[in-house]
Amino acid sequence: MDKKGWKELGFGDSVTGGTSKDFHTGDWRSERPIFHKENCIQCMFCWTYCPDSAVKLDENNKVAGFDYDFCKGCGICDHECPTKKEKRAITMEPERK
Amino acid sequence: MPVLARTGNEAMAEAMRQIDPDVVAAYPITPATEVVMIFSKFVADGLVGTEFVAVESEHSAMSACVGAASVGCRVMTGTSSQGLQLMSEILPIASALRQPIVLCEVNRALSGPINIHCDHSDTMAVRDFGWIQIFSENAQEAYDNILQLVRITEDEKVRLPGMATTDGFIISHCMEKIEALEDAEAKKYIGEHKAVQSVLDQSKPITLGSLDLQDYYFEHKMPIVEAMKQAKDVIVKVGKDFGKRYGREYGLIEEYKLDDADYAIVALGSTCGTSRAVIDGLRAKGEKVGLLKVRVFRPFPAEEIAKALSGVKAAAIMDRSDMYNNQGGPLFSEIRSALFESKQKPLLTNYIYGLGGREISLDDICQIFAEQKKVKESGKIVYFGVRE
Repeated sequence: MDKKGWKELGFGDSVTGGTSKDFHTGDWRSERPIFHKENCIQCMFCWTYCPDSAVKLDENNKVAGFDYDFCKGCGICDHECPTKKEKRAITMEPERK
Repeated sequence: MPVLARTGNEAMAEAMRQIDPDVVAAYPITPATEVVMIFSKFVADGLVGTEFVAVESEHSAMSACVGAASVGCRVMTGTSSQGLQLMSEILPIASALRQPIVLCEVNRALSGPINIHCDHSDTMAVRDFGWIQIFSENAQEAYDNILQLVRITEDEKVRLPGMATTDGFIISHCMEKIEALEDAEAKKYIGEHKAVQSVLDQSKPITLGSLDLQDYYFEHKMPIVEAMKQAKDVIVKVGKDFGKRYGREYGLIEEYKLDDADYAIVALGSTCGTSRAVIDGLRAKGEKVGLLKVRVFRPFPAEEIAKALSGVKAAAIMDRSDMYNNQGGPLFSEIRSALFESKQKPLLTNYIYGLGGREISLDDICQIFAEQKKVKESGKIVYFGVRE
């Protein structure tokens, strides 16, 4: 994204709405959640708890994975996921770039 | 035009009543208490439609002002000394957000030691925060300056906050004759408040005050630089227009008998009045003396001052505060800097005087004029009247 000059900025430090869409906070992630569809019981806990609305739903409003543009890798989804240890629906893996 | 007997504080409160701002958030402090106390009475009596926010500190007062201005309100407040200091964390936010907040400031010495009387250390301490600063010589000017500040700060080229100051007790508590505008005329003069934007406007959602780091903070300071440049012309334009309408014209500076003067006093605020009286007396004896009043300190009228002083042999720059930098007071430092490129410039002496309300008398000004004749070298700093 080209940076704007001072004459192009919003009046009095104002920023128009919706600009967070252009700011991919997923860059900050050090761990990424991995979705295992076969183990998911569709309790929606991860979707409810995600602080970044980064849990993606499919056309039937079923959990379908993560939006890695905005998932910061906080791990709350993994923490809240009630699936059993041997059949986890969400696991965390180190981010490699 | 109604002629009234008013103290400086009452004159400012009267201007506030006529302006009828949407929001006033204020906290009392001597000697500015009366400004908002009298105004709160106007609110209680239903003479204004203002929402008066009685906050728990000046920090909250200025915060509430910024909040109210953020939703597009016309906002005013008043304070002094330590109160202005407590506001100072929020003052540069108001200018960065380009909010035309008008502040009635009564100059009072900063603690310590604790003192309630006039000097300019409080106003000078916040001079670099992007606020317009206008000094008043008397109650009439206090009234006129507050009305003009509404026009100046709300001008689309400026949109910066501004403070008009009076000298604590000397102006704030002295009763004088002032000419006020009729209420309807004052209302017409200041006009409707037109907000540029509002954080509550759902059709145009905005965020104000977001985090701004290495990549944009610098750019966001430039509009203040530009607005301050524009402010000079706007202040002159508004001052001229005020003169045309009501007979009292104002500029960035005012020259009094300076045209052919060999010796000049340069001052801010009430000391200008004292100087005029002395100048009239000395002129009657044939002495070529004059006054340069600096009405506007921010933006600083550097070119205008350099031009005004170009024919003067020696000038006494009167500072009612010090910067403790071994370079003289703020007015002196800025004037010396303003004269650097001038080919014709006077010998300058800095008089730091009147700290903590120490009186400056007619005799004192007389003495200072007499000393100007003996000045051989520029740049001397005199702590005037202090006991060794």
